[in-house]
Amino acid sequence: MRKRTLSVAALASLAFAATACGGSDPAAPSAAPSGSAAPTGQAGGTLVIWADPNRVKALRPFADQFGTENGVTVEVKEISKDNQQTFITASQQGSGPDVMIGAHDWIGNLVQNGAIDPVNLTEAQKAAFPEIAMKAVTFDGQTYGAPYAVENIALIRNTDLAPDAPATIEDLVKEGKRLKADGKVEEVLCLPVTQKGDAFHAYPIFAAGGGSLFGATPSGDPDPKQVMLDSPGSVKAFGKLRALGEKGDGVLKTSITNENYIVNFAAKKCAYLISGPWAMTDVKKGGFGYDITPVPSFEGGAPATPFVGVQTFFVAAKGKSKALAQEFVTNYVTDKDVAKALYDADPRPPALTEALEEVKTTDADAGKFMDAGKDGMPMPAIPEMQAVWQPFGIAEAAVVKGGDAAKAAGAAQKAIDGALKN
Amino acid sequence: MAPDARETARRGPRRTVTTAFVVSRIAVLAVAAAFLLYAAPPLAAAGSWTGLGVLGAATAVIGYLYLTPRHIPAKYLVPGTVFLIAFQIFPVLYTVSTAFTNFGDGHRGDKQAAVTAIETGSVRQAPGSPEYDLTVGLRGQELVFLLVDPDTEQVRLGTADSLSPLPGAQVGVTGKVLRAPGVTVLTTPQAAARGPEISALSVPTPDGAIKANGLSRAVEGKAALVYDAGCDCVRGDADTWTADDGQGYFVNAAGEHLAQGWQVDVGFDNFAQVLTNPTISGYFLGVFGWNTGFALASVGGTFALGMAVALALHHPRMRGTTVYRIALILPYAMPSFAMLLVWRDLFNRDFGLINQFFGLNVDWMGQPGTARLAVILVNLWLGFPYMFLVTTGALQAIPRELTEAASIDGATPWQGFRRVTLPLLLVALTPLLISSFAFNFNNFNAIALTSEGGPFPAENSQVGATDLLITYTFRLAFGTGGAQFGFAAAISVFIFAIVAVISAVAFRRTRRQEEVYA
Repeated sequence: MRKRTLSVAALASLAFAATACGGSDPAAPSAAPSGSAAPTGQAGGTLVIWADPNRVKALRPFADQFGTENGVTVEVKEISKDNQQTFITASQQGSGPDVMIGAHDWIGNLVQNGAIDPVNLTEAQKAAFPEIAMKAVTFDGQTYGAPYAVENIALIRNTDLAPDAPATIEDLVKEGKRLKADGKVEEVLCLPVTQKGDAFHAYPIFAAGGGSLFGATPSGDPDPKQVMLDSPGSVKAFGKLRALGEKGDGVLKTSITNENYIVNFAAKKCAYLISGPWAMTDVKKGGFGYDITPVPSFEGGAPATPFVGVQTFFVAAKGKSKALAQEFVTNYVTDKDVAKALYDADPRPPALTEALEEVKTTDADAGKFMDAGKDGMPMPAIPEMQAVWQPFGIAEAAVVKGGDAAKAAGAAQKAIDGALKN
Repeated sequence: MAPDARETARRGPRRTVTTAFVVSRIAVLAVAAAFLLYAAPPLAAAGSWTGLGVLGAATAVIGYLYLTPRHIPAKYLVPGTVFLIAFQIFPVLYTVSTAFTNFGDGHRGDKQAAVTAIETGSVRQAPGSPEYDLTVGLRGQELVFLLVDPDTEQVRLGTADSLSPLPGAQVGVTGKVLRAPGVTVLTTPQAAARGPEISALSVPTPDGAIKANGLSRAVEGKAALVYDAGCDCVRGDADTWTADDGQGYFVNAAGEHLAQGWQVDVGFDNFAQVLTNPTISGYFLGVFGWNTGFALASVGGTFALGMAVALALHHPRMRGTTVYRIALILPYAMPSFAMLLVWRDLFNRDFGLINQFFGLNVDWMGQPGTARLAVILVNLWLGFPYMFLVTTGALQAIPRELTEAASIDGATPWQGFRRVTLPLLLVALTPLLISSFAFNFNNFNAIALTSEGGPFPAENSQVGATDLLITYTFRLAFGTGGAQFGFAAAISVFIFAIVAVISAVAFRRTRRQEEVYA
């Protein structure tokens, strides 16, 4: 009896040991293989694509088609968490994919880790994309990916409450305050600030106030050696954010977060929302008229340029089927139909001009978002940008709560310079 | 049963062998064998012969151990030892060894990988060169490129040695070569099967080389940056970057480095950085003080509340204890990850339930005092069911006669609790309280998912009022210049040392206490 208990216990523990060691096995990154293979072709080779959950379903038919045409097996695997780090780590260990899908601002970090290869697009292919999309995927003079969707934030307004698009932020504040005083809304503007700040959403207003993050290198790229957060322009911009904040107009509030800002707008608690295409599903559920316009600037201010993010196909440097990956990225996904199918699965404006024109005919929103981001600033892809997000956000939250603009800007500058060893 | 088994063990092989025993033993060994089979191929593929040796030896030992009737104690000890090595000793050693490197973003691979990445990343298309349409073919056994210039429709033959015109080839409408003299044209699936060979083929040209770009196009390009082993440097773009093995970068005369670096040993640099970094040293005492306070308040609060509830339910006249118990362990049963996020939103000033319910307008997470109170309250809610459970268990072990005797001797209920119940409880629970302290000292989730370390004062964006050592050093190691695993490991070593010292001191005191009461 005792013997048996012992054996069973040992069995259980050994089984546990086996699974545990399996989990720490470098060949099996835990976040990775949750998708399923889509075997199509013969034993010509295998192309492995990693995508986030939204895109897996849209990609699969095209992956299968690519597989059939080329006589290869294409696997689309779903990665749902820490995609960039998972990709880098898996690549390093030789268990990464051949094609990766991600945001263009990963490029700097992926390049310094040797995780992706440049992508060679023909002049004709490059011309098929808007300039801003190509600019975003160009890093250090090289093209590092094929863009497929462009996204940026814009001002979304409830036209039932506010029929006219505000020409300036001042107009927006005036109208919003009036609506609030009339009891029609609870908040002037739904823009996530949170206790830690949200640099991405705050940037258009910061830019409108005259602020900037980096100086420019001679080639026009952001220069990490020149952090501009405590420049006079940026301090002035932080002052403008402060004036809109809790001790000022009460337009920006730390209680408005990424979890509640879209929901509040959809529930008609505010007439204005600053958000991107991802908000549209919820906004449409709100059941009211809406319009999308560029984020306005201050009276006599600089343009309120939003950050532009470009979803991109990358060719993994350490992939096992590089020729197939290049074929897929350069010659296949730059195809209009693929771009449209991805749009249907997840409505983000397609990067291909031709696909966008087609989408526009059925979905005016896509075109409006694109227009709002036309003069936007591609999110800096340099790895140094990672040092900026957090201090910038915290400085924003501090001034929104009424903190001194110059002090907050100085602290952010110091933190960033310290991290970048400038 | 136990003496029976011991008897059997002493007498050796003379024992009854049941079917279940044989089956379970086979199962154990099958799992061990499966483990070996599962782990061996990757290790062999990676050429990790030491690892393979260790694996083989471990499997042999396990096989021997569970097949022989002898070594009964070892049969018990081996699984535990395996776990100890796998989950305790190995991670600690690995963390410490990582702390001596610059492992992190930009320094993940070896130098060879960095050189490859630099060279491939610098390949630029030769100016004015055509965008060749590519068809892959075989000349005998040799893989060759049939390159069509789309402007002139001229076909060239590209091999590993040369590029030469190929007259007499027939080109289809898509730019693919249909037939070529002396060359077997491969279909796309056939070509796809030879992907790695196609990627490897480089056709030399006067200005660089033609390489395939996928299966249907080829471009002529040249690496702008080339590694020169002679000077251990990278040359190109009218500059020279020399390898600096101290920091794992190629550095030029102006002190600038190429983006791609490699992993090197940096000695005690990471530890020195922890000690000299003004952000760490300048705020260490403040953060450490709050960190200790947070851990003590969490342990003290949860223990006091959990014990009070357990005592109340332990009372003999208490009715419906099962219902209460189920209700009380609910916070413990729910995933704390989700609960922490829910609590964060409950504390929201304008939209949170707490302010709405009590009619307050407190910016809970926006002021240092209230934010600290809020995170302690949340942690109290999450933690007290555990304390309730362990206290309930420990109370069952204290004979009621003791408290009865005390009350007969004239002790008030409070005195009975203070002098009899509590000391006996503490004997059993102190080790748990110490481990709970160590856990809460590093309770990353409780802070990162609620206040995220904030609120941050305007003049300092690095250290927030509720930051624990672990959250604020996490921000330093991962929030700014990408992931810096080496630096993070050094910080972990320091925090490990702090917690180890505190726990060791506490355990020594416990032992003295046990000597008094046990």
